[in-house]
Amino acid sequence: MIDRATLEQRVSAQFPTVRIGDEAGDLCFTVERELLPAVAGWLRDEPDLSFTFLNQLCGVDYLGREPRFEVVVHLTSFQNKMRVTLHIEVPEADPTIPTLALLFPTANFQERETYDMFGIIFTGHPGLERILMPEDWLGHPQRKDHPLGYEEVAFTHNEDWIYANKPFAKE
Amino acid sequence: MVMHAHAYPNIEIPTPSQIAAVALDNEPDENGEQSMILSMGPQHPSTHGVLRLAVELNGENVVQLAPDVGFLHTGIEKTIETKTYTKSIVLTDRMDYLAPMSNNMVYVAAIEKLMKQDVPERAQTLRVLLLEITRINSHLVWLGTHALDLAAMSVFFYAMREREYILDIFEMLTGARMMTSYFRVGGLAWDIPADFIPTVEDFLTHFLPKVDEYEDLLTNNLLWKQRTLGVGVVNAADAIALGLSGANLRASGVDWDLRKTMPYSGYETYQFDVPVGYNGDIYDRYRCRVQEMRESVKIARQAIERLKQMHGQPYITDNRKVAPPPKSEITYSMESLIHHFKLWTEGFRPPRGSAYMAIESPRGEIGCYVVSDGTPQPWRVHFRAPSFINLQALPHIAKGKLMADLVALIASIDPVLGEVDR
Repeated sequence: MIDRATLEQRVSAQFPTVRIGDEAGDLCFTVERELLPAVAGWLRDEPDLSFTFLNQLCGVDYLGREPRFEVVVHLTSFQNKMRVTLHIEVPEADPTIPTLALLFPTANFQERETYDMFGIIFTGHPGLERILMPEDWLGHPQRKDHPLGYEEVAFTHNEDWIYANKPFAKE
Repeated sequence: MVMHAHAYPNIEIPTPSQIAAVALDNEPDENGEQSMILSMGPQHPSTHGVLRLAVELNGENVVQLAPDVGFLHTGIEKTIETKTYTKSIVLTDRMDYLAPMSNNMVYVAAIEKLMKQDVPERAQTLRVLLLEITRINSHLVWLGTHALDLAAMSVFFYAMREREYILDIFEMLTGARMMTSYFRVGGLAWDIPADFIPTVEDFLTHFLPKVDEYEDLLTNNLLWKQRTLGVGVVNAADAIALGLSGANLRASGVDWDLRKTMPYSGYETYQFDVPVGYNGDIYDRYRCRVQEMRESVKIARQAIERLKQMHGQPYITDNRKVAPPPKSEITYSMESLIHHFKLWTEGFRPPRGSAYMAIESPRGEIGCYVVSDGTPQPWRVHFRAPSFINLQALPHIAKGKLMADLVALIASIDPVLGEVDR
């Protein structure tokens, strides 16, 4: 069993650029996206860490912040009874991130869902398709600028934006 | 359980369109054999909801398959972003409609973790009691439908008979039989009625011998064993790699139950065992879940004993910034009136930040990731739905199996499609 302080030391020794933080009492690492497979693979394969179980992977859209998107991964080590969070920031201009589906097969569906909902592209994913929304759906519905479904009322301050996105609304 | 890089399995999970592509390029081989694409569902009775499977068959054998989900997608995560924290509790019921209390629990527990909000001991004990009754409720539906899929019809009627009792208890407590919405941040919605505890005690006494009845019908039944023993084997390494959780993981021999390993709501103070399987086949998953029902009765009885000592203690926190004051207080306390008004018009404001909370639902690890921006509406709520993640193990488990076993496999994974699609 390793404790939290040891894990922090080992991670900062191995990956000096990883920022260590705290998420509601859980240990949390902010990882550059290029480093993600290396960090996740290292956490998984080190015998005394063995974070072999990927709990969940999801996206968050921080509209108005730069970088706009964030992918959040939770890994659990059965051996150490410990859970860590990985935060990976993804800019809007280039919403790509290396896939984890080749390291953790369970990430497959969850990356497809994150792609479906946020338009984040997981490079190297074996079948990155929509999973919950219809195949011909336009847009990514959990982005903050995706409307909830009702027609937005056009005012002078937003009519250009609405007409640009929904030409049929101009009647 | 040390694993090394070469030991960690790499498992391919095809998509429905990859299966459909097979049909376009489907020439007979030199023996004249040709695979067939079969679309099973979405209205197939044994898919436990609206699940479509794209199956490539060679004769009766499954070459590969891909689950096609999303037919029940209702955008719950998106809708939650537009409501206050308390209003969204009713939405969580609708995900896993067989275990509504577990969904309520993970949602409010994630918010409590984010806010560092304490829950009174009596509320915690009541939560444990309700979560365990919910587990029995969910396992009964699983057992009944699983047996029904394998043509053992009486089990279905017996299981539904006991489930009816549980639904009556829920109705007595909350007014709703399935969509209970009973949990609140900081405690519970209202106090239990006076005859609740005796009714639950009656139920537990009545229920425990019934588990033996189900086992009499199935455990040593030759037909049942032929359909389940050695079918759909998942080894421990594959189960972990596929992210299986709950009884599906434990049947493969991995002793991991969040109630024991990362306890919440005071589970560490209860005496109970975690049934663990060995072979990881359908039969082991069946044995694990049936045994879990007995363990749930054990936990529920301990909770009842404690509740009898806690009569009169609060069922929700007295933090007025989170929980509304009692109605009687509003008539004489100006401050209570203000709190009441603020909570119902605006809601409470958790601090900025995020939290991930996971609990052991009947189906496995249900998790909730909440991001707050300091306003009364959550910025983002994501649910780690155990059915969704368990379902993606199906292509791996069903590969090379008989088509007839596929029906048994779906039931043994125990997916609830409302939770898969959210």
